[in-house]
Amino acid sequence: MDIFFGQLFTGLSIASILLLVALGLAIIYGAMGVINLAHGEFVMLGAYGTWFLQSQFGLPLIPCLLLVFFMVAAAGWVVESTVVRFLYHRPLDTILATWGIGIMLQQAVRLSAGAELRYVQTPEFLSGSIDIAGVGIPSYRLFILALTAALLALTWFVIQRTEFGMKLRAVTQNREMASCYGINSARIYSLTFAFGSGLAGLAGALVAPIKSVAPDMGTNFVVDAFMVVVVGGVGSLIGTVVSSGLLGSGTAGIAFLLNDTLAKALVFLAVVVLVRFRPQGLFVDQRRR
Amino acid sequence: MTFTRRNFLKSTAVAGVAGSVGFPHIWIKDSGAAWAANGEIKVGVLFSLTGTTAVVEKSMHNATMMAIDEINAAGGINGMKLTAIVEDPASDPATFADKSNKLVLNDKCVSVFGSYTSASRKAVLPVFEKRKNLYWYPTLYEGRECSKNVMYTGAVPNQQQKEFIPWLVKTFGKKFYLIGSNYIYPKEENNVCKILLKELGGEVVGEEYVPLGHSEFGSVLNKFRETKPDVIFSTVVGDSVIALHKQYKAAGFSPDKMPMASLTTSEVEIAAMGGEYAAGHFTSAPYFMGHQSKENEVFVENYRKRFGKESVTHFVSEAAYFQMHLFRKAVEKIGKGDITPIAVRDATAGLEIMAPQGKVKVDGDNLHCYLWPKIGQAQADGQFKVIQQSSDWVKPEPYWAYPGQSCTKDGLKGA
Repeated sequence: MDIFFGQLFTGLSIASILLLVALGLAIIYGAMGVINLAHGEFVMLGAYGTWFLQSQFGLPLIPCLLLVFFMVAAAGWVVESTVVRFLYHRPLDTILATWGIGIMLQQAVRLSAGAELRYVQTPEFLSGSIDIAGVGIPSYRLFILALTAALLALTWFVIQRTEFGMKLRAVTQNREMASCYGINSARIYSLTFAFGSGLAGLAGALVAPIKSVAPDMGTNFVVDAFMVVVVGGVGSLIGTVVSSGLLGSGTAGIAFLLNDTLAKALVFLAVVVLVRFRPQGLFVDQRRR
Repeated sequence: MTFTRRNFLKSTAVAGVAGSVGFPHIWIKDSGAAWAANGEIKVGVLFSLTGTTAVVEKSMHNATMMAIDEINAAGGINGMKLTAIVEDPASDPATFADKSNKLVLNDKCVSVFGSYTSASRKAVLPVFEKRKNLYWYPTLYEGRECSKNVMYTGAVPNQQQKEFIPWLVKTFGKKFYLIGSNYIYPKEENNVCKILLKELGGEVVGEEYVPLGHSEFGSVLNKFRETKPDVIFSTVVGDSVIALHKQYKAAGFSPDKMPMASLTTSEVEIAAMGGEYAAGHFTSAPYFMGHQSKENEVFVENYRKRFGKESVTHFVSEAAYFQMHLFRKAVEKIGKGDITPIAVRDATAGLEIMAPQGKVKVDGDNLHCYLWPKIGQAQADGQFKVIQQSSDWVKPEPYWAYPGQSCTKDGLKGA
């Protein structure tokens, strides 16, 4: 029983990290249709930002989170206004350009921060584990779970309940028409890209204490993030939540029954089959294109 | 055949490949033995400075360059300077092979020093065997190789495990959980571990391999909880080591009751995870930075003077360092005109040298090294405390797990 409970929590925990990383991508890919292959590198920048703030200024993790969000959002804003902006009508070129940006960011970090792995400290009060039903649940994982839920709520609020969100939804539905109504669509896109990038940076800052911080750490994340978004259905926030839950618990379950190598392969297989028969993903956002 | 664009591209591509393959043969025949011309000896240095394994390979590169500078500062070898030709193979086995070809054929290096992963060593092997050159490989590896064109200065499984496993069984118990990354090295090490455990009446309660770069150990930790092993025997490598240690501690496990015993966790990985996560776990290796000896003190001091006082030395950078001095000692024995890669190899066989870990010797038959295995316990300050050192150097037996097979002067016997 306690093993089942422990396994359930492991699944939830993997799912929360998946969701955290995919959230920013879901917004950028879902709302703007931009396939941003540099997403993993924004996660990496967030992790390095935290390491930098911690090692240079001795800041604890929690204040770092806020700073890192704005730092990486600023980086995203720069990337959008210097490169991505000019490629909105050329999706294939966007893939190539963002991939190139990703490689440049990796090498820039490697040259400036060094190739060695870095480490980020877990806050003292979150470094232990809490005993629930005889199972030691790492408190930092609980923290990630809670924060992911909070970020999800915040994202939903921004998109559904603010003026910015309303404009964003208008631009997503029909850019020309929205512009006719006086919405500055270029500005909306810039802000969206920055917000999505900031979320990616935040994800990086949060996972840094349980994983290692290295210049190429983003590569795995970007694959996972795209998988979540594609399975969930492009442009659907609820789809992203459900699909990260399914993929997370699926991976954890198979890894426990068999092993991690097979878990990865089988989950990919399931995704391929799903996309074959339901290319639009699990949840489809009903809208006119 | 009509002259279409596609056909044109095809035929030029074929011509290009044929040209690049055939070309070297034209001039290699009359190239002569210019291995030590103009008072310099060229050696290739082939460690990845970029890519996934750059973290560790950079330190091997550093140790190699430091040894070269030491040799040159002391007047070179028989009056000749060592010239390092540095190439960056970017953590890619195919690039390792390309760069090896370049170093051997174009630059005429008499030896090449390089590689961390087995994949990259396997990729360059054909180059060195075909061109009758010599490759120096400083990493611990899985054994089961018997090339006459490679000097192996890292440990093989029998050297790391023969004393380690009995010690673990005696100190902690007989139930082992084997966890490794999913490739050849952990599987071969675990073969050896299982043979040793069987002799000792031990039990394997789980054996599992995670993908390279894996960083999510939740399910694996739950299996530890369920099977309750006495020892977790880890051959996980790279970034995964850090994730495993961090998540192990966060899950509330304690190294006093269920320690991780590793062959791959070194000072580098500990520096990247923070000492508190590694403290209490064990590693078996021929060298630790905290090893007490005069040679090591000098080595560490010079290394830190040169690469920063935060930098660490570890078991592969130490081997990268002493193998260059082995090379020096070998070339010193050879007359100026007689220097060839094969002459260097023959001069190295049986050679002894004082390394930071202790006095090491190259086995004359299998070209691996006699080493001094140690058991270290990681401390919160990021260093290892040496708990036990073997009483004598341990002979390398690359085919230990394969009875009837042995690596001799004339190659593999009994396969």
